[in-house]
Amino acid sequence: MYGCVLKKLTSTISNSKVISQYKIFPLGDSAVTFDMGNSISEPLNQKALAMQHWLLAHPFEGLKDCLVAYSSLTVLYNPVLIKKYYNPASTAYAWVADKLQQAFEKTVQTKQAARELIQIPVCYEAGYGPDLAALARSTQLTEQEVVAIHTDTIYNVYMIGFLPGFSYMGEVDERIAAPRKQTPSPVLAGSVGIAGSQTGIYPLNSPGGWQIVGRTPLRLFDPFAPEPVKLQAGDRVQFYAITKEEFVSYSVI
Amino acid sequence: MSLTIIKPGLLDTLQDQGRAGYSRLGINRGGVMDRYAAQVANMLVGNDTNEAVIEIHFPGAQFLFEQNTLISITGGNYNAMLNDEPVPLWHPIVVRKNAILHFPKLQNGSRCYLAVHGGFCVSKWLNSYSTHLKAAAGGFHGRKLEKGDEISFKETSIYFAGLLKPGKEFEALKWGVDTGNTYEHPNEIFFIPGNEWEQLTNQSKDAMVEDNFTIHPFSDRMGYQLKGVDLKRHQNTELVSSAVSFGTIQLLPNGQLIVLMADHQTTGGYPRIGHVISAHLPKLAQLRPSDCIHFIRTDIDKAEQLLIAQQQELNILQRACMERLNSMVC
Repeated sequence: MYGCVLKKLTSTISNSKVISQYKIFPLGDSAVTFDMGNSISEPLNQKALAMQHWLLAHPFEGLKDCLVAYSSLTVLYNPVLIKKYYNPASTAYAWVADKLQQAFEKTVQTKQAARELIQIPVCYEAGYGPDLAALARSTQLTEQEVVAIHTDTIYNVYMIGFLPGFSYMGEVDERIAAPRKQTPSPVLAGSVGIAGSQTGIYPLNSPGGWQIVGRTPLRLFDPFAPEPVKLQAGDRVQFYAITKEEFVSYSVI
Repeated sequence: MSLTIIKPGLLDTLQDQGRAGYSRLGINRGGVMDRYAAQVANMLVGNDTNEAVIEIHFPGAQFLFEQNTLISITGGNYNAMLNDEPVPLWHPIVVRKNAILHFPKLQNGSRCYLAVHGGFCVSKWLNSYSTHLKAAAGGFHGRKLEKGDEISFKETSIYFAGLLKPGKEFEALKWGVDTGNTYEHPNEIFFIPGNEWEQLTNQSKDAMVEDNFTIHPFSDRMGYQLKGVDLKRHQNTELVSSAVSFGTIQLLPNGQLIVLMADHQTTGGYPRIGHVISAHLPKLAQLRPSDCIHFIRTDIDKAEQLLIAQQQELNILQRACMERLNSMVC
């Protein structure tokens, strides 16, 4: 194979669980992915975030970008610059893969600082959550029960992807973990959706396949704000229900 | 110094080499589809290679030059004309005030680039001039160019008007760029296997390199949908979302392929069966719907070598362009 690294080792991470297996592979000739398994797991996600933090604190020539997904970290780099500055004996890919390996080892004892809980107002009333009634029927709950369950959980933001600022959060209580829709339909900015064990907020008007249960008046993506994206991976989020009137008063602000 | 859009095109946007560093916010790199042609367009007019250019899709806009200026046109060939005269591509061109640039006929290619000496004077969003249409930010007010838009050029101290001959609307300077092998064998696209390549059946692996794939009309700056034989995996495991990149070849649930292009989403959950090598993205960016692609498997070593060779060629071109331009104005 073309330099796929598959290693087994044991290491302690923040919550004392053990990462037994990971894989480093090229995502094309200008990106490397460090993948700890095809799963939605908070410890793996935190480990990936810790590695990202380490890399950003120890940048190298040619490092262009990094992003954390559920259980992986991907680094985008310029192979021409890596070759020029570090003159590795092998490929630029192998050199960056080694950096990721280092990031993995150096973050063994890193503990994520507990983040402040971010509370997000959501209007679940008629006209704001077009799929709430159907979701309640399919789960044999009342709409009020669905809302109570959705607002009861503290969610972890695993990753931002799909659209600028789209947050993938989990995990949704299995009683309301409805599958995504068969065909995508237009979704308004601020809409809060459920797809299986994931919940998330659409930051922009977009076609989407998640079951929309409510809408927040908060603007989670504002391109010209000092911080354009409000939520980031690693944040902890809880929703709380607001009325139509409250929603409208938010919009005025 | 400015130009004005007197007739809008299908999709003309300001783009640079992309917006790196924000993918963890879900904001993709974006930027020009053909990074090679855009860099050369800038070199020809003496700019930094990362200056904003106008990326023109066919049918292209009509541009009125409000002042004498130095421009270049590279990439796709739409039979560019200044008033009634054809203009050569891949050359520096001195244009007279009030000349109109238009693109009457598609010859080949899919994105054409217009650079002006000094660069376009637009504001950056997150360190890049690139237009992000979904975010409605970057480039010219975050949108495609419309009739009446006037785009200023950055001030420069060099004027080329003395090179214009009386009665001529423009003067193509004597040197041009030979694009070498960048666009040779346009349909042969090298890829390296992706993480899910091994999940393909042997028959599908063979089909990937032996069959041809056609670019579907439903293809844009986000991605190229391909039509070809259905490819199969011997296990249909669901994948949790993770990063994808410019050139990632994904296998859709219906067995067809999609190649992610400049405006791709930052993450995806479809199997990544391969990645087009960076050195071949410029020629892929110039393919059109109904063009065919013949995939050729290679490895990371070769991919890096080809990219480094392409960059070295660009470095030589840049030095040569600078020397020529300096000798003209001194």
